[in-house]
Amino acid sequence: MREFIGFVKKEFLHIFRDYRTLIILFGIPVIQILVFGFVIRTEIQDVKIAVLDHSKDVTSLELINKITSSGFFVLEKNLSSMEEIEKEFRKGRIREVLIFEPHFGEKLNEEGKAAVQIIADASDPNSAKLIVNYTRGIIAGYNRELNLNAAVPYKIEPKVRMMFNPDMKSAFMFVPGTMAMVLMLVCAMMTSVSIAREKEIGTMEALLVSPLKPIQIIAGKVMPYILLSCINALIIIVMGHFIFNLPIHGSLWLLFFETLLFITLALSLGIMISSVAKSQQMAMFISAFALMLPTILLSGFIFPIENMPNVLQWLTYILPPRYFITIIRSVMLKGTGLAEIWQETLVLLGMTFIFIRVSTMKFKIRLEQ
Amino acid sequence: MRIILLLIVKEFLQIFRNRTMLPVIFVLPIVQLVILVEAATMDMKKIDYVVVDQDKSTLSRQLIGKIESSPFFTLRKATASVDEARDLMLRNKADLVVVVPGNFEKDLLARNKTDVQLMIDAINGMSAGLINGYATSILTSFNQDVLNSKGSNALVSVRQRVVDTEYTYWYNPQLVFKNYIVPGILTILVTILGMFLSGLNLVREKEMGTLEQINVTPIKKYQFIVAKLVPFWLIALFDLSFGLFLGKILYNIPIEGSILLLFAFASVYLITALSMGLFLSTVSSSQQQVIFLAFFFMLTFLMMSGIFTPAESMPHWAQKINVINPVAYFMRVIRMILLKGSGFHDIMKDMISMGVYGAVVLSLAIWRYRKIA
Repeated sequence: MREFIGFVKKEFLHIFRDYRTLIILFGIPVIQILVFGFVIRTEIQDVKIAVLDHSKDVTSLELINKITSSGFFVLEKNLSSMEEIEKEFRKGRIREVLIFEPHFGEKLNEEGKAAVQIIADASDPNSAKLIVNYTRGIIAGYNRELNLNAAVPYKIEPKVRMMFNPDMKSAFMFVPGTMAMVLMLVCAMMTSVSIAREKEIGTMEALLVSPLKPIQIIAGKVMPYILLSCINALIIIVMGHFIFNLPIHGSLWLLFFETLLFITLALSLGIMISSVAKSQQMAMFISAFALMLPTILLSGFIFPIENMPNVLQWLTYILPPRYFITIIRSVMLKGTGLAEIWQETLVLLGMTFIFIRVSTMKFKIRLEQ
Repeated sequence: MRIILLLIVKEFLQIFRNRTMLPVIFVLPIVQLVILVEAATMDMKKIDYVVVDQDKSTLSRQLIGKIESSPFFTLRKATASVDEARDLMLRNKADLVVVVPGNFEKDLLARNKTDVQLMIDAINGMSAGLINGYATSILTSFNQDVLNSKGSNALVSVRQRVVDTEYTYWYNPQLVFKNYIVPGILTILVTILGMFLSGLNLVREKEMGTLEQINVTPIKKYQFIVAKLVPFWLIALFDLSFGLFLGKILYNIPIEGSILLLFAFASVYLITALSMGLFLSTVSSSQQQVIFLAFFFMLTFLMMSGIFTPAESMPHWAQKINVINPVAYFMRVIRMILLKGSGFHDIMKDMISMGVYGAVVLSLAIWRYRKIA
């Protein structure tokens, strides 16, 4: 037992002496949450537009004014011909062009109808959709003001309630995913690299001939990462709660238990990878491509799984982070208990058992293959 | 000069002998372009909804029928209890609950006004916004149907003045999200190869101890650095063309502008990326550190560069930070060239900025790199 404690102490010292990695390890979740929470937005603001006004009368100017004073749009340039449009779009600043037909005001008052043509730069299709919708919305508002006398019967009003995230903050979606990613990073990737490094440098052989049993070696290696990941998970939850008002509706104990379960799973994955990888680089690449990339892309972290093509959706069923993210979102943001997420929990438990089994079977006492 | 060429040949030999490097160069673009592009979609495919019809009148059934016939919405369950619907939402089985109140038809016909409750799972704010948009537009359309069916005695005939809008989308008329994403993926590719792998390569030599051996040879510092960076510069450009080729045959992405111009810009951009990799390697002593440092910077730079969400939507202080984010420049330029056919004049400013940036980082890295282990 004394040897074991000594060994664990050595492992801790190793890690804490590598202050660069430590800073990054704690820095990644902090920066990520800040970036996702404050920086990543899909709403449009200060969209630079150009206007080709063939009529330049009171009405067209009134409408242009209404659009630019909405706060969403900024009039950057007045064009004088159609040919200029392409040039302006190519320069990359203008994202929408409004074209008013000649005799705009006259047509509106005498014929009851006048047209505005909207041309949007759709290289970013989502923004283009938003930009066009907002523009049309403002024009529809103008139409309503014009026709205040018309009564509108049979009005069905939608009463919308945004559940679980009334302000539609992006942080709600990203914080659980960040937890999954960071835990994977620390527990799976770092563990596997650490064990692989000892093998590569040759100190693993020295450890194996020492009185320490293999299981003690693995356990000792893994201890510091358990501590690091718990601290990280705590930082993430605290940041989410205090900076972004992420609620913790569900039971803290359940949250703690599920996190611990995922940590164990990730650790066993890391150990499994290290028993297969022949070098540090290989361990890193396997972790990066088989773990980190799918965690970031396919687990529902950023992109909703329901929108992916069916093939990819089936693929996500073997990804542990997918279940973990669902569990965290349910427990933290919806306040569910074990009753609603027992299936996902069972899957995670099962996976953990499998990984531990495979790791113990593959672990060799001798290093020559 | 001969020395540099010999060193470059040596580097290439080492790279191709490295068993993990080769798959990265060839497999990575394929994996990213196939999986990432397919996964990264913001379009809603299937919205699971639950309907609670408390009215069960002709009108309410018509409304529900209209929602059901929409390709976006899939009916999960029809129930009479709001609690059950809410529970389904808690269990992550429904994204939307539509509640039609008990007096729907009566209120609409007698009092001209009624409402429908929409409860949307808003954890994913973007999806929630889209769901709201789709559901509301179905309601509006149904509203219009009711108006039309009730005929002319419903509308007060006042002469209306209406401004009509016609809209067209240029450069991506079908609004294909992939055209937006694929250039972004190509950016990731080039950046990973430039920043990540070059730094990793150098630190590996440090770790193995061969760096010390090279340091005692007459090889000059600049010769060594050039030889280390040039192979990855070439490999990154190769992967860019490979990626473009894949993008064209898999997704038929537009290539409106000059490819030569794109490569010219990519070359300048790579100087910055490679120098950053070099710089990272000079401040790390192990491969693990490089990986983490590079991962950290790359992730932040990437997220802020406008790859998935527009850079223009970020708060202003964040956009100012983007001035020192090289990835933002490349992201902008590659989209401008590929999708709009922008020319040299349009990207001149960005090219010059990148050139200056690259020169600065390269000098910094070379200065930091000393001929000591």
